Amino acid sequence: MTKVASRVIHLWGGLRPAVNGAESVEVCASTIRELMRVLAKQYPALQPFIEEGIAVSVDGTIYRDDWSQKLPDDAEVYLLPRIEGG
Amino acid sequence: MGKDTAFKEREFSAVGTRPLRPDGIDKVTGRARYGADFNMPGQLHGCILRSPHAHASIKNIDTSKAEKLKGVKAVVTRKDFKAKDVDPSLLTVLDNCMAGKTAFYDGHAVAAVAAIDARTAKKALQLIKVEYKVLKHVTDVDEAVKPKAPLINKKCFTKGVDPVPAKASNIAAVSEFGHGDVEQGFSEADIIIERNYKTGQAHQGYIEPHACVASYSPDGSADMWVCTQGHFDFRAQCAGILGMDASKLRVTSSEIGGGFGGKTHLWIEPVTLALSRKANRPVKLVMTRDEVFRASGPASATSIDIKMGVTKDGTITAAHAELRYASGAYEGGWAKLGAMTAFACYDLKNVKTIGYEVLVNRPKTAAYRAPSAPMAAFAVESMMDELAEQVGIKPIDFRLKHVAKEGTRSSYGPVYGPIGIGPTLEAAKNHPHMKAKLKANQSRGMACGFWFNFGGQSCSDLNIEPDGSATITVGTIDVGGARASLALVVAEELGIPYQQVKAVIADTGSLGHNDMTHGSRGTFASSLSAIDSCRQAIQELCKRAAILWDIDPEDIAWEKGEAHAIGKSKGNLPPLSLVNLAQSAEKTGGPISGHSQIVADGAGVSFATHICDVEVDQETGQTKIARYTVIQDAGKAVHPTYVEGQFQGGAAQGIGWALNEEYIYGEDGRLQNPGFLDYRIPVCSDLPMIDTQILEIPNPNHPYGVRGVGETSIVPPLAAVGNAVSAAIGVRMTQVPMSPPRILAALDAAESQ
Repeated sequence: MTKVASRVIHLWGGLRPAVNGAESVEVCASTIRELMRVLAKQYPALQPFIEEGIAVSVDGTIYRDDWSQKLPDDAEVYLLPRIEGG
Repeated sequence: MGKDTAFKEREFSAVGTRPLRPDGIDKVTGRARYGADFNMPGQLHGCILRSPHAHASIKNIDTSKAEKLKGVKAVVTRKDFKAKDVDPSLLTVLDNCMAGKTAFYDGHAVAAVAAIDARTAKKALQLIKVEYKVLKHVTDVDEAVKPKAPLINKKCFTKGVDPVPAKASNIAAVSEFGHGDVEQGFSEADIIIERNYKTGQAHQGYIEPHACVASYSPDGSADMWVCTQGHFDFRAQCAGILGMDASKLRVTSSEIGGGFGGKTHLWIEPVTLALSRKANRPVKLVMTRDEVFRASGPASATSIDIKMGVTKDGTITAAHAELRYASGAYEGGWAKLGAMTAFACYDLKNVKTIGYEVLVNRPKTAAYRAPSAPMAAFAVESMMDELAEQVGIKPIDFRLKHVAKEGTRSSYGPVYGPIGIGPTLEAAKNHPHMKAKLKANQSRGMACGFWFNFGGQSCSDLNIEPDGSATITVGTIDVGGARASLALVVAEELGIPYQQVKAVIADTGSLGHNDMTHGSRGTFASSLSAIDSCRQAIQELCKRAAILWDIDPEDIAWEKGEAHAIGKSKGNLPPLSLVNLAQSAEKTGGPISGHSQIVADGAGVSFATHICDVEVDQETGQTKIARYTVIQDAGKAVHPTYVEGQFQGGAAQGIGWALNEEYIYGEDGRLQNPGFLDYRIPVCSDLPMIDTQILEIPNPNHPYGVRGVGETSIVPPLAAVGNAVSAAIGVRMTQVPMSPPRILAALDAAESQ
């Protein structure tokens, strides 16, 4: 099995208190599903936010629901609130 | 994600044409059935008793006299919703639909009646005695955040700050976005402008009021017919409130006479179901217009403090905004959206936004078309004009100088991929409207706007009927023309005429879950699912042709509505049409269909630029819109007439918000203008023909390049009109609506200085 390299995950301001104020964290994940799983394990304080809903921006494209989405090695990954529209 | 979402440049035959809408004749002849048009045998009339107080404890509700009135079949209060049944995550939804111990706003439901007719039901409401203890109230967003403001919820401890405050307040949550160092940026500025901008509370103003019919059976199952933007979500929430299995509640959506976000929330539906359950009869409940205004969600009233710095050569060095959004008595996420969208059009080195969700004694705030973005854009785009003037650069060139592009770090966080704000600005600069000479007494304004678009869960069935026509069944509500767009998409995929396709919206028992129509997702998400269903059906059609020809399915290609045998040995077989294959389906394996269930994501963000010319009568303060142009990126316009309609509709609503629409509260905390006479939305005679220009910059995440188009067009008008009016009267307008009294007051204030 290929080992997944560590990557930087950027966080919106609302998540930072759950990771000791950091603007970003480093995790190993190759899909959004894996990312959520690892984040919840490494930072249990993020679990309520994950349950409430987090959207993931991958190189500027926002994914609200598609957790099967792959995270390319060099992609910028940014966690955002899962917002609603009208 | 849809099975094949990559954009493929292609020539279209059906997509991009403008056929007649399939729901058009029914709508203009009155045949279409809206929420209030549904009736059942033996149905009762439901109505709701509402609080006359802005804030009051409910000490006791005596329903005994109402229950004894002849013809009354059920009276419900909060006691009829058993705590053990209610999903805890839906408690505030229920509390808004039926108050518990506290009435939080003028119009908050406290009891409901089902009776044999409207007269009896209304008489019964008068017999219900509610004992209130009136509490101090606060309806203004800035008053609500003051330390001594009446506290609306004793358990409200501000979220999003570290540490969590020890004292409760009316600030439910704080959210922060941005990057860079704004203090450093301001220190580098030659000119700094700080202002406070306010926007009034505007209602979506849909013409059709909320309406539903509920029929609850003694066996624990129920049916509901309702006007909604999302019948699957309504089902899930109603079932969660009444303690039902979702599968036992079948919800059928009606035609919708406007929603704009206001019909994504429950208001009367659980109450109607509870009445039907108690009465053991179908119950119909239709809101009056007064109730729609007082008790179904308007957009937030806001107060925004904004500060921006610029160098003499016109480079913005820093931008900062604190945005307070009123959310009614329940926590919302509206300020967060304002904070995310405020500066999204621009490439800024140092930017920071802080959103405050503020509780007030007003109805629960709901989504309204690109929720929260128009108010933030009013503040930012007004400032952009003011800064441009200060540095002597034309407003459009000042925006182009700072425009966000691929690779720009957005103000809400991520770096942008390919985006369309630059092209809309360039198109505006070159548009005949921008170049046209203004007539005497006319002034021009412009503004940009941003909105996120969404996708979400989508499910569809494509059935090839025995005569070769096709039915596409989707579960995402058609609010703005999705049935026409989907029929075009199916015609395109199958290679058959548009007229041969029927698009229908299924009830909740007929398809898997579909997300509601919000976030401009309807055409984007449903079309991805429809394309997927079509391609599965085409695979099946090719198999059927293979059976008829007794060849390998891989030797068959689907082209222009026909199966073609390919390859040297089979190329001489005459093609089989869709009609041939449909008529022989009985002998080749039975019905032919395709089914799709997807999570559609990757809708892509959306931008618009608007241009507005106004004439302001400086004696009366009245503003006339002389000319208005909307320029927006649609990705690909599936049915261009509908896209233009979305652009025009959003602009019309934004113009109404800019000039007249506003909730007005008395000192008693009661709404003073709950009707269209005193809450004035624009009518045709108030508006010019709104010009549109559709830009088609393909979305790489859709096979046709489609983006959402339904919301962004409401974002720029507040500021576009504001900039035009400010130019006309020579005074910076900082509050909407810019109603005649407000314009006269601004002129008087300027004159007295």
